[in-house]
Amino acid sequence: MLNSLATSMHRKPRLRLAALLTAPVLWLVVAYIGALATLLVTAFFTIDSFTGNVVKKFNLENFYDMFTDAAYKNVVLRTLGIAIGVTVICSILAIPMAFYMAKIAKPKSQKLLVALVLTPLWASYLVKIYAWRTMLEPNTGVVDWLFGSLGIHSPGFGGPAIIIGLSYLWLPYMILPIFAGLERLPNNLLDASGDLGAHNFYTFRKIILPLIFPSLVAGSMFTFSLSLGDYITAQILGGKLQMLGSVVYQNFSINLPFAATISMIPVTIMVIYLYLVRRTGALASM
Amino acid sequence: MTISTRAKYALMALMGVGLAFIYIPLSVVVINSFNASKTFSWPPSSFTTLWWSKAVENTGVREALKWSLFAGLAATCIALLLGTTLAFAVSRYSFFGREVISLLVVLPISLPGVVTGIALNNAFTKQLGMSTGLLTVVIGHATFCIVIVYNNAIARLRRMGTSLQEASMDLGANGITTFRLITLPNLASALFAGGLLAFGLSFDEIVVTTFTAGPGIQTLPIWIFNNLFRPNQAPIVNVVAATLVVLSIIPIYLSQRLSQDSTSGGRF
Repeated sequence: MLNSLATSMHRKPRLRLAALLTAPVLWLVVAYIGALATLLVTAFFTIDSFTGNVVKKFNLENFYDMFTDAAYKNVVLRTLGIAIGVTVICSILAIPMAFYMAKIAKPKSQKLLVALVLTPLWASYLVKIYAWRTMLEPNTGVVDWLFGSLGIHSPGFGGPAIIIGLSYLWLPYMILPIFAGLERLPNNLLDASGDLGAHNFYTFRKIILPLIFPSLVAGSMFTFSLSLGDYITAQILGGKLQMLGSVVYQNFSINLPFAATISMIPVTIMVIYLYLVRRTGALASM
Repeated sequence: MTISTRAKYALMALMGVGLAFIYIPLSVVVINSFNASKTFSWPPSSFTTLWWSKAVENTGVREALKWSLFAGLAATCIALLLGTTLAFAVSRYSFFGREVISLLVVLPISLPGVVTGIALNNAFTKQLGMSTGLLTVVIGHATFCIVIVYNNAIARLRRMGTSLQEASMDLGANGITTFRLITLPNLASALFAGGLLAFGLSFDEIVVTTFTAGPGIQTLPIWIFNNLFRPNQAPIVNVVAATLVVLSIIPIYLSQRLSQDSTSGGRF
């Protein structure tokens, strides 16, 4: 019976394709796209201020509130600033590390370095943020203990702490694509540049940077997008500071339609970002 | 390659600074779990293993670990099944909408977790009238784990090509036998890497879990989060955190041994 089934399936490629596609596509469309679409629709509803129930009448009130209230504009700008800051810090830290790993380290230590950079990816997200709470605790934290005598003190909990925490979380995601990009970069290009009289920094700016740009973009996909929607780090390290995710989270239980409206901001930014990234061709290099 | 010795040492120093940045906070977590003081104080004045034995006996931690393992395993199984079939369809057939599917599958991890979380919560509780619980957690986790398995499987399938399968069929094996003896063994290590990664992602997930778990279910990250700001629980939280740091070596070790093609353990 099984054999005859195998034979008849073999003769019908369309049937095989249908059998393969049905379950995963149904899952993604029903469970995910369905849920997202419903959320999008909810963004156009309002809430009855008296009963707290969702009123299913199509209107643009939430969007009007979102665009006119300066507080939300500030949150959007702050979140964008944090996401960009994290991406820049990760790039600055990652490029020399990836360069050392790809071009200078000997094969044996290279393998070890890759493992050392990767290991923290598997350590829990929450644990890493918690670690920075103990690091940055004002006066009694590890940063003050280590560097206090040098005059460097913890910035305390707030915007800078969020940027440090998020950079810490996503740094490996930036190192790895740049490392992969640099490994593919032929050494003789660098030699040629040096032979022609370019010094290190000039070679870096004119040869290395343009060639690893797609890798940087690939890394920024993680550092930027993962920072954009975060609210847990903001809650643990941010003091009273709020990010977009925090606003969504807080409105979720009291005013779901408005939470849905706000959540359209990071979604829109990500869609535009993905579109731009697609045009650089960085996705193909991942 | 010719790089001046000075530049070499400068880069080595930066590598060292980077590694220190990565490992000092993790070391602090591990050291802190032995801190004898009940409230946070740095540097620790004396050390104890008391909190470790207390954590092992802690029923909240045990329950949370059980839920995490269960949700992770269930989500990984679903993701393995759906991700692999989808990878087969996309890599072996051309059909209308194939590009859309490859975009559709990355969407759940590209969009912020809080958006996925409230969308799923809204769909489950308001639209479908379900109550949140283990089932909704598993559905939520599986949704963003599919892409991980899919990426690993499709990369392997593309490199494998179809000639081995064709040879097997030419020699008289039917589709099922070919899959069992040729395709699956060639795919196995990619599926293992994908499954490991999917499990890791699910085990660590907190945002989507917050919105899909009912009040009765605490996964390990949720437990940590709920106890993070309770001073009397701090020593236990420290031990759990230290354990998770130490355990993160295992998947790296496994993936370095098993995957010859990706040093990243399949994260990319």
